[in-house]
Parts: sequence; C-alpha cells; structure tokens
Amino acid sequence: MHRPVKAAAFALVILALAAVPALRPPAFYESFLFLVYLWVALATSWAILSGFSGYFSFGHGAFYGAGVYTTATLASRFDVPVAWTWLAAGVAAAILGLVVGAVVFRVRRLRGELFALLTLAVTFVVATVVLNTRIDGGPGVFLAGVDAPRIYGSASGSLYVFALAIAAATLAVAWLVQYSRLGRGLFAISDDEDVAETMGVPTYRFKLAALGVSCFLAGVAGGIHAVFVGYVTVAETFSLTVPLFVVLMSVLGGARHWLGPCLGAAFIVALNYAFVGGDWAVVGRAIIGATLILVILFLPHGLVGTAVSAWRRAHPAKAAPAAGTASMPAPARSEAARQPVMLRCENVHLSFRGVRALAGVTMEVQGGEILGLVGPNGSGKSTLVNVISGYYRPQAGRVLLGDDDLLTKGGHRIASLGVARTYQIPRPFSRLTVAENVALAAMFGAARLDRISAWHESGRWLAFVGLAERHAALPSQLNLHQRKFLELARALAARPRLILLDEVLSGLTPSETAHALELIRSIRAGGATIVFIEHNMRAVLEISDRLVVLNHGEVIAEGEPRAVIREPEVVTAYLGSAHA
Amino acid sequence: MPSATLLGQSLLSGVFIGALYGLLGLGLSLSWGYLRLINLAHFALAFLAAYLTYQLVDVGDWHPVAALAAIVPAFFVLGVAMQVFVHRFAIGEFASLLVTFGVTVIIESLIQWIWTADFRRLQLDHGALSWRLGPLFIPIVEAAMLLVTLALTCGTWAMLRFTYIGKAMRASAEDPDMAAAFGVDHRRLALLLSGLAAAFAGVAGAFIALIYTLFPAQIFTWVGVIFAVVILGGLGNPLGALIAGLVVGVSESLTMALTEPAWAPLVSFSLLIFVLVLRPDRI
Repeated sequence: MHRPVKAAAFALVILALAAVPALRPPAFYESFLFLVYLWVALATSWAILSGFSGYFSFGHGAFYGAGVYTTATLASRFDVPVAWTWLAAGVAAAILGLVVGAVVFRVRRLRGELFALLTLAVTFVVATVVLNTRIDGGPGVFLAGVDAPRIYGSASGSLYVFALAIAAATLAVAWLVQYSRLGRGLFAISDDEDVAETMGVPTYRFKLAALGVSCFLAGVAGGIHAVFVGYVTVAETFSLTVPLFVVLMSVLGGARHWLGPCLGAAFIVALNYAFVGGDWAVVGRAIIGATLILVILFLPHGLVGTAVSAWRRAHPAKAAPAAGTASMPAPARSEAARQPVMLRCENVHLSFRGVRALAGVTMEVQGGEILGLVGPNGSGKSTLVNVISGYYRPQAGRVLLGDDDLLTKGGHRIASLGVARTYQIPRPFSRLTVAENVALAAMFGAARLDRISAWHESGRWLAFVGLAERHAALPSQLNLHQRKFLELARALAARPRLILLDEVLSGLTPSETAHALELIRSIRAGGATIVFIEHNMRAVLEISDRLVVLNHGEVIAEGEPRAVIREPEVVTAYLGSAHA
Repeated sequence: MPSATLLGQSLLSGVFIGALYGLLGLGLSLSWGYLRLINLAHFALAFLAAYLTYQLVDVGDWHPVAALAAIVPAFFVLGVAMQVFVHRFAIGEFASLLVTFGVTVIIESLIQWIWTADFRRLQLDHGALSWRLGPLFIPIVEAAMLLVTLALTCGTWAMLRFTYIGKAMRASAEDPDMAAAFGVDHRRLALLLSGLAAAFAGVAGAFIALIYTLFPAQIFTWVGVIFAVVILGGLGNPLGALIAGLVVGVSESLTMALTEPAWAPLVSFSLLIFVLVLRPDRI
C-alpha cells in the first residue's frame, strides 16, 4: 500500500471510532474505549523515545503526572478553559522532560539501566514536590465542575473523542517519526550510539527531541485523564502503574514499531477488564505478570516485531536499491590536486588514568594521498583515529581539518565536515539491513541526502564493494569479509573528504586483500584522501604514498614508505633492539 | 527547632531504618554486581518472607527465631532455583529487569490471594519491648536487626575479600570468560550467590514482619529507595550498601524531624540523581 492510501485508511478508522458515542453505547463501552485510547497514547508516546532509541524510560509517570496536575491546577484553581489546560499540560510535561534530558543525556556513556533508574528517581522527586507544595498539598485535587468542551451531548462522549484524538495524534506522530530522519537516527542510536554519532547522527539533539515530543504527548494524555477521573491524588498519579504498564505494553506489542505499543495497550487493557472484580482481578494481574515473562523469553521483539520479520522472510523480494555502475561510482569530488594539508594533528596528548596513549602526536595528512599509519600493537593508531573522529577528547593539542578545529566539535559535526571511518572490528547497526546501514551513512554524513536518494545511493556503493546481492540481509548474516566491505560501503556513502580505514585487511584471505586494495585505489581515484592503518606491511608498502610510524604514542618516523621502514628506530620498534 | 531528645531519637530511628535499607540492598547489590541481574523480585521475595513469618509466628505460634531458621534455607533454595531459570533462558541484564518485574507481579498476586489486601500486623509480646538509654528508647527488635545486618554485611564482605570462593566471584564478575579459562565455574558460583541473595531477602522479610504493618502494595514502595541505596553504595559492595543505607536512613529521618515527613523521599532521590549524574561510572 502506498503511504497516502495508508493515511486515508487510518483517518477512516479514526472517524468511524469518533462516531461511536453517537450510537449511545452503554457507558461501560465508552469508558472501556476511553481507557484503551489513554493507554495507546501513553504507551505509543513512550515508544517514540524509549522504543525507538532503546533508552527505556521508567519516568513516564512523571511526565504523565505533570500533565495531570497542570490541568488539575489550572482548571480547578484558575478557571482556565479546559482545552487550554491540555495544551499547557503538554508544554509543562515537555519542559520537564527537556530539563531532565538536558542533564541526563550529558552523562557520558549513559547506560540503559542508568537511564531507567534516573527517570524513575525523577518520578519520585516530582511526586514529593507535588505532594508537599500547594500544587496538591496532600488531600488531592477535585476537578469539580470542570468539563471538557462539548462535542457530543454528553460529557463522557466528548471526553471519549478527545482521548481518541490524542491517541490518533500520538500514533500519527510515531508513524511519522519512525519513517523520518529522526526515526532513522533513533534506530541507529539504539543499535550503536557511538557509531551513530561518528556517522553524523546528532545523537544528543535527537534523543532530546524524541524525549520532548514523547513528554508533550504524555502530558496532554495526562490532562485529558485528569478531567475524566475528576479527582487526582499523588499516590494514584505517580504510582508505578504508568511506567510499568507502558513498558509492558510496548514490549508486548513490539517497541520498535509505531503500531506495537498500540496493540499491546489494547491487549492489556482488555485483559484487565476481563478480570474485573474481587479474586479475578488478582488472577488478571498474575496473568499480566506471566505474559510479560513469556513475551520477554519467547518473543523478545514483541508481536509486531516478530510479525514484521516473519513477513520479511516470506517476502524477500523487496525492491532493491538501483545498482548503478558497478565498476566505479562518480567521483565524490573532482580529482583533487594534492592540496598541501588536509588534516593537521598538533601535539595531541591523551592519557587514560595515567596510561599515555598519545604523547604529543604531530602529523599531517595531505589532500589526495593515501597515508599509511603503522606501528606496533598498542602504539596509539586506533586511539588517534578515535580522536580524529571525535570519540575521544584529548587533554591537549589541536586537530585541524582545513580551518576547522575538530576538537571543539562533536562527532556528528566532524562527520558532516567530511570525515568517515571504518572500525577494526566491524560495527554495523545490527537490526538494520545491509542497505539501510549504508543509506543511513548517506543520510547523515557529509552527503546529507534525503531518504529516497540515500536509498538509491546505498545501492550504488553496495554494488561498488560487491554486496548488492546481500542488500536485504541483516549484518549478522554476513561473513567477516562481507562485513568489512559493508564498513567500507558505509564510509563511502557518506561521501567523505577524508576516510580513516582502521585495519580493513585484517582477517582477509590474500585474494580478498587484493580485491580490497583495488577498491581503495579506486576510492582515491575518486578524489578522497585516505588514512590507511594496517599491519600487513606488504599491502601498506604497495598502496601508501607516505608512511607515518607511531610507537608509544609518538611519531617516530614519517616520509617515503620504503625509506621509512629502513630507519633504525622503526626497525627497533618492530623487532626490538639488537643485543649483539 | 526540635529538642535534642527528639533529634537523638530520630537519629536512632534513622540508623535502624538505614540498617533495613542496607539489609534489603545487600542481596540486590550482590546479584546486580556479580550476576548482572537487576532483581526487582528481591522485594517481592522479602515480602513473601514477611508474610510467611507473619503466618508462622502469629497463626502457627512459632518463635520468631524458629520462623527465621525455617525461612532462610527455604529461600536459599528458591534463589538457586531462580538462577537455574535465569541461566536456562540466558536472561540478560535489561531483560532481567522486566522478567523479575513479571515475577514480582505474580508473587504480589499470590500474596493478595492468600492473605488478602488487608493490613496485617504481627502481635508480639516482646515486640513493644525496648531498652531505655538515658532519654532515648531502643526497641529490641530493631536493635537485633541492626546487629544481624552488621554481621551479614561484614560476613559477606569478608567472604568476597578473603575466601577462594569470594575471589573467584570477583574475578568472574570482572571477566567471566577469562575467569572460566582459569577454571572458575561461574555457573555454580552464580547459584550460590543467587541463593545467598534470596536468603538475605528472607532475613530482611522476617524483620519487616516484626516491625511493620504488612499489605501487598508495600512491595513497590521500597523499590525506589533501595535502588538508590544500592547505586550509592556501589554495585556488589556490601559495606557500601550498608553505609549508603545508613546515610539515606539518617538523612531521611532528620528531614522528617526538621521539616514535613512527606519531604523525606526527596533526600534519597536527589542524592541518587546527583551521584548518577556526577559519577556515572559507579554503576
């Protein structure tokens, strides 16, 4: 189905549901559906950050609660029209979320569990503040006489429509996000955030944006719920029910797809209703607990996730990206005459708790050359690559790309300035297909293509490295040699000026090595500058224009390759000193 | 400004509640630090033990010590069984959080089904007993809990630090593959550790039954504070958990004495947020 058709079908379903109160169903059905919509909105809004990016928030209750109390306070105490309080509820929740995110996402190497606990702690802090200030003060807030704008004759029918509207809006936002740049970036973050940043995804901003949107929607849903229940208390609002239910619903349905949390929410609310009253409620809770365990153990991707991958297996003939010319793609830029200096490292120092990894590295990369960067294990080659690509921040020194000092920029800015790298041990995004991996680089690197062009671009680079056949495979289905070439295709698709190749040849057979060297030569012919880190000395000598030798974090030699490797200091570094 | 007696008494009650935080945190900290298992079900186990203690002492008319002696080995076995399950399904760190939440919900339902959602209070003859120390009252049960907590914490610390088993556990937490290459049987250690953690939950539960009024929803009220304690103390660090427990307990009860009681949760969570943001490598 095409997207407009899908959108029209979605709108029709929503309109049909909106007409339900006109049929005057028993109040039970109306409130049941209201709760379904509420939880669809909460679970789906949660998934926009947590499901897509993998940062599971246990603080959704805080953002929902911020919405609940904003509406309760404004409507009951200041007589603000209810519709406006809902907007305010969303804004208040979004501001709370952005403040939390701005602090929390700055924590370097923030891990998922840490984020979960931090957001949980935020919930308790917000609850305590609300409980002890005039916002609530203890007894709870009555929304006496607060009424939603009338759409139908009855108040409940009108609220029903608003709940439906927020659920539909949340689903639409989740859908749009999933297929947007933002969504692509979030999926990359969930697979490997460091690589995503290095490939040009502004991870900090994306996480913050997703959190803001997610909180806004949760806040509005909270505001609508406050009017529905009519009496709000801290204990109910900030209980663990909200965070745990949204996690459960999303995991059950599939958190990485916009439709997943929606199915999960409908299922859980229905299950809860099936066991109303007395002993049955207890049984219902136990069943929910057991369901969670079974789903985690046997359907870790959720219902929708499992269905999608099964469907993909059954219909592998998804249109391949156009292959383009298999031999040599159009040059990334015009054949650059050797510019004097493309990259300059000046006196770069980096220590890890006293271990000196780089001890004042000064070197240059000239435009259009292939620079071999060699040295014994532990000499600081990969560390230097990590500094240039923005992963490590050195304690002293400068790294200049043209006139830009890279050390003042985040990893994603460095990528957009035209630096790309490969990893010694390939680090593909494991839950994206081969073509999606490459397309992502084209979207976020220096190339900055839109989704469609990036898709076509990916076909071109996959053909270039010989992986066109495997475009629909997941990285785990590739062998090492193919994964190395996938790394290469990803780096190239960004259309970089400077490519850092970190041991692309290691583990390859001689014939694969020959193929790889051929590719590297034609990349240079396309105009890019290459820094080539390698242990295979024959390959280095064969391909490099110049050589830089590192040892113990210092440059010990540089110049014409065959001359450099005969220098006594280089020989000593590799072979040890002669005792005789 | 409250009187010195009131401050002294609230300091004392802070120490006692802090000891309970440390005791509950001990098992959680061990399984998180050494097994990479975020065991939410730890709280449910503690409350299951609390209800069993209530049943044995109040209905069965056992002596509390006898109840404890029955519960601890039973919970050790339960802990071992849980670890067998975790191992069988290769449950990772994050999945463990969700799976043990499911277990918690099931245990909570079980408790509610057997003992209903009503409040349960153990009536003890010696429950109200306390020593007088100048103007201060020292409740005996709480003092016993403090001593038991100290003994268990120091014992665990010494075991990890000095015995072969403890060293093997630490090695295997650092790098399981490398430890295995040196002949450490990670699986058996994990069974032992998980059994110990559950047994600690059993001890904590028995004291909860002796000190507090029980109702099923209480399971969740402890989650936040104890996680704060565990993280503040450092994962897998028994002494750290106790010290963090005492710090949080004392600062909470001083907050209660000096301001409104309801402000107390703010202390532990603000502390937690500061530590997590400033020193994220602790975890």
